[in-house]
Amino acid sequence: MTDVAKKTDTVTLTIDGIEVTAEKGELVIRVAERMGIAIPRFCDHPLLAPAGACRQCLVDIEGQRKPVASCTQTVAEGMVVKTQLTSEVAAKAQGGVMELLLANHPLDCPTCDKGGECPLQNQAMTNGRADSRFKEHKREYEKPIHISSQVLLDRERCILCQRCTRFSEEIAGDKFIDLMDRSSGEQINVYRDDFFGGEGTGDGQAGDGEGDVPFNSYFSGNTIQICPVGALTGEQYRFRARPFDLVSTPTACEHCAAGCSMRADHRRGKVLRRLAGDDPAVNEEWNCDKGRWGFQYQTADDRIMTPLLRDARTGELREASWSEALLAAAEGLTAARGNGGVGVLAGGRLTVEDAYAYAKFARLALGTNDIDFRARPLSAEEADFLAASVAGVSDVTYEDVENAPSAVIVGLEPEDECPILFLRLRKGHTRKKLQVTAVAPFLSRGFEKLGAALVPATPGDEARLLAGDPAVAAALAAPGALLIVGERLATVPGALSAAAALGARTGARLAWVPRRAGDRGAIDAGCLPNLLPGGRPVSDPAARAEISLAWDTEAGKLPTAPGRDTDAIVAAAAAGQLGGLLVAGVDPSDLADPRLAEQALDAAGFVVSLELRHSAVTRRADVVLPVAPAAEKSGTYLNWEGRLRSFETVLPTTAMTDGRVLEAIAALIPSNHPAAAQETTKGISLGTGDVMAIRRELGTMPPTRSARSVAPAVAATALPGTGEHEAVLATWRQAIDQGSLLEGDDVLAGTARPPVVRISRALAAGLGVIDGDAVTVATDRGAITLPAEVTRELPPHVVWLPTNSPGSTIGRSLGVTAGAVVRLTAGRPGPVLASSEVTA
Amino acid sequence: MGTFTGSFKGFGVTFAHMFRKVVTTDYPFTPPTPAPRYHGRHILNRHPDGLEKCIGCELCAWACPADAIYVEGANNTDEERYSPGERYAGIYQINYARCIFCGLCIEACPTRSLTMSNEYELARDSRQDLIFTKKELLAPLLPGMEQPPHPMRLGGTDKDYYLGALDNPGTSVGAERAPWSESGTEDAATAVDADARPETAGTLRRPGQSAKEAV
Ligand code: SF4
Ligand code: SF4
Ligand code: SF4
Ligand code: SF4
Ligand code: FES
Repeated sequence: MTDVAKKTDTVTLTIDGIEVTAEKGELVIRVAERMGIAIPRFCDHPLLAPAGACRQCLVDIEGQRKPVASCTQTVAEGMVVKTQLTSEVAAKAQGGVMELLLANHPLDCPTCDKGGECPLQNQAMTNGRADSRFKEHKREYEKPIHISSQVLLDRERCILCQRCTRFSEEIAGDKFIDLMDRSSGEQINVYRDDFFGGEGTGDGQAGDGEGDVPFNSYFSGNTIQICPVGALTGEQYRFRARPFDLVSTPTACEHCAAGCSMRADHRRGKVLRRLAGDDPAVNEEWNCDKGRWGFQYQTADDRIMTPLLRDARTGELREASWSEALLAAAEGLTAARGNGGVGVLAGGRLTVEDAYAYAKFARLALGTNDIDFRARPLSAEEADFLAASVAGVSDVTYEDVENAPSAVIVGLEPEDECPILFLRLRKGHTRKKLQVTAVAPFLSRGFEKLGAALVPATPGDEARLLAGDPAVAAALAAPGALLIVGERLATVPGALSAAAALGARTGARLAWVPRRAGDRGAIDAGCLPNLLPGGRPVSDPAARAEISLAWDTEAGKLPTAPGRDTDAIVAAAAAGQLGGLLVAGVDPSDLADPRLAEQALDAAGFVVSLELRHSAVTRRADVVLPVAPAAEKSGTYLNWEGRLRSFETVLPTTAMTDGRVLEAIAALIPSNHPAAAQETTKGISLGTGDVMAIRRELGTMPPTRSARSVAPAVAATALPGTGEHEAVLATWRQAIDQGSLLEGDDVLAGTARPPVVRISRALAAGLGVIDGDAVTVATDRGAITLPAEVTRELPPHVVWLPTNSPGSTIGRSLGVTAGAVVRLTAGRPGPVLASSEVTA
Repeated sequence: MGTFTGSFKGFGVTFAHMFRKVVTTDYPFTPPTPAPRYHGRHILNRHPDGLEKCIGCELCAWACPADAIYVEGANNTDEERYSPGERYAGIYQINYARCIFCGLCIEACPTRSLTMSNEYELARDSRQDLIFTKKELLAPLLPGMEQPPHPMRLGGTDKDYYLGALDNPGTSVGAERAPWSESGTEDAATAVDADARPETAGTLRRPGQSAKEAV
């Protein structure tokens, strides 16, 4: 016998008479699964820690006195396992457990949303008894109770597998639901006053009683998806369809830069629900509630279905045919091109293909580099940073985040601004060694759940901290450490320069995390005033030549001067210097100064809006062209990693992509190049009508040979001084807020975190307010009044407000951005400011 | 000769038939009565207080081999209740251009909401009219019934309805032969005798003739 060295990290066991090799520590149920042996189970979930709560997975293991739960039993050398397929004992044990589970299970299948895709239904059929011996009265609870405005809980159906509570605790960190009570009264519920001797309201609806804490987790939808019975259901999908009615299509989420893969289920031309897709590299099996439920905008009443044209006589928008509207758009844009030029605001919600169409349209049809996708406060430094450190780079992945020893997060609240990145960070923190350092004004709920160490930062001070704070430098010293910066750093002069320099100095890899799904793709597609597609600098003649070649135009035809960014476009338009604006899905209230943006739209000679729903832009546009929402087109997003998230059409409709509309307009725009002057009737051929054609064009574009531009080196500025009752404003957007894609979705809005104004202890003492008192934050433009929440770690002169939540719209009400100095008063505003207060 | 006897032989068949029982029916003047369990058009039955028995579960649609049934469930509220329990059929349609009258839907229905009547006169002159909705399918309100939406009158919970249904079945029992089921459910139990039976497509009587005379 040759002595074969046995690998010490594997064991050999027998399952149902078949010998199999498994890794040490693997669970019996997983090994069986790999072999194609299905052991029935409820509580077991590959991404949750083993619990052994339901006992459905019992198997017979030789040498064990009783059947063993295969979802908690790890493999051992020489183990002999017999499942229900080969062992009477296992089959009988499983049948018994099933009978007990069904003893108290109501006969709800006909009305239950899970019916038809229910693991309990299915496994009762495959592994249960044909009849029940239980004749007694079943346990009764009040039928479904709202544990949040979105999630309903039917405790009669619950089999107490604790998947939901384990998800909430282990993965999301939101321990809002838990097992309560004892014995046969044991149940899942939210924390309620009446459980702890309080009064409660007794109406079963969470959140109404004083001490009730509703299930307002950003990730609550995942519990509905993994509940193996119909105990947890969602308000939106309630009773809408049966699984056999639905056509399922894999797709990608259009909301944030996390890039979750999803599954959209539609019936009769309407998407009825969306589920988290299974993509281990990105979202694993989870998504956030915004992605799961935030798709009502597709069917909103104010969706634009036909082209609209401003009637010269009445000044009102009227419906028009496509040919009329396209011609009007082309003529108006051609005239505007010769009359000061056209600025393009592309917005951050475009697919890569559509963004590329805008980039190409701006350069070829409008002859300008005045194009910017950034619909938020921004800076020129940021554009340089994006060109130098982000375009075309995909250095950091989710896996890197999970396995990193340390991560410094600046200008980003991961839970609010990139929920799946937050889940990965949390996985790294709870299961591996990740230590998070937050450079932030205070430890938000999300950072607390990441066990983050705080480097307290007054907004505007991040640049100095990145350049010189010892804690930040120490955190990045470990090999594999990550520096994760958010898009909000754009408003801090010098911060992105300092981040790039710090990355270079410490060797830490840098990841830039924007907020919207289309942001990252728009950079690589060339929707920036300083970048052509593929991260090619506008100012580099060689880069321009490459693009001319790819676009089949004469060299020298492309505009050479770097263009204006969003702020400059808005300012130029407001000053009457621009002939026209071409606006994709941009909401003026997202820009640094919404009032100026609206003035710009009013002042611009000619405005073309490509939109889904009526907005502040369409109200001011001369031509409005309807475009397809994500579900009705195919496309690709680039998530923050730079990973392609391609998706195909879910609902085939006649709605057109932005690229197709732009191609149609371009075909009617005469080329403005002198060489083509003689044949002015010939329009410009953009070639962006078909998503596949764009993908081919992008795919065949050779990588650029021009040198990457150097990172910006902008100096940090000093913090502004604050007087008494003045503070520096910190702000970011909460995950569920008044974003235009969530507008009108009241059920989802009900799970948002209540807007508060967070003030430091020093400010609270100065104003004489305690938690819950009204505090007014004011600028010269307006004021916002919200209940105060005194926040311990906030630096003394900092106040925090949500950027765009009910009662707190920073840009619109205050006209400032983070880092500005605001005035604070206790109570509601006096009569002068009250008039400018938007909502309270 | 052979021709002569041959024709008599042929007439013999004719003559013999003159003394046999007639199988021709006088349809449409006298519509024949089908067998008691004949599979005719469907009925959506009611509870004794008028609430709908259908819970919008779609099991009938699931069972249907012809894909003839379309159901969309909806949420009952205390303010607006159409059936006991949480769920009712917001939309219910049977497409008689597809239905093959197999009765599998009846077997699938968990609440005995769906039954089949004996009515067979389903010809219509457009496809659209062949799609019967809740309006056509719901059983009429018998005496003592109330038009939903209204609160549960028979007890506090849906269980009271389902447990009581054994002794108090509403319109489910005898629905096949109920007078109203013969003539379209819209017309309530008033149409008891054959003369009052409204004319559906193709049942025009000869002028002045009663249904009995037509026999
Ligand atoms: S609600 Fe669902 S997931 Fe939660 S314990 Fe009950 S059955 Fe399990
Ligand atoms: S985390 Fe982002 S990408 Fe994922 S579902 Fe939520 S909004 Fe969509
Ligand atoms: S009788 Fe048969 S074919 Fe007709 S609706 Fe019922 S199941 Fe479908
Ligand atoms: S008729 Fe019966 S099977 Fe069909 S939806 Fe109604 S209750 Fe369900
Ligand atoms: S699956 Fe093993 S105990 Fe639940």
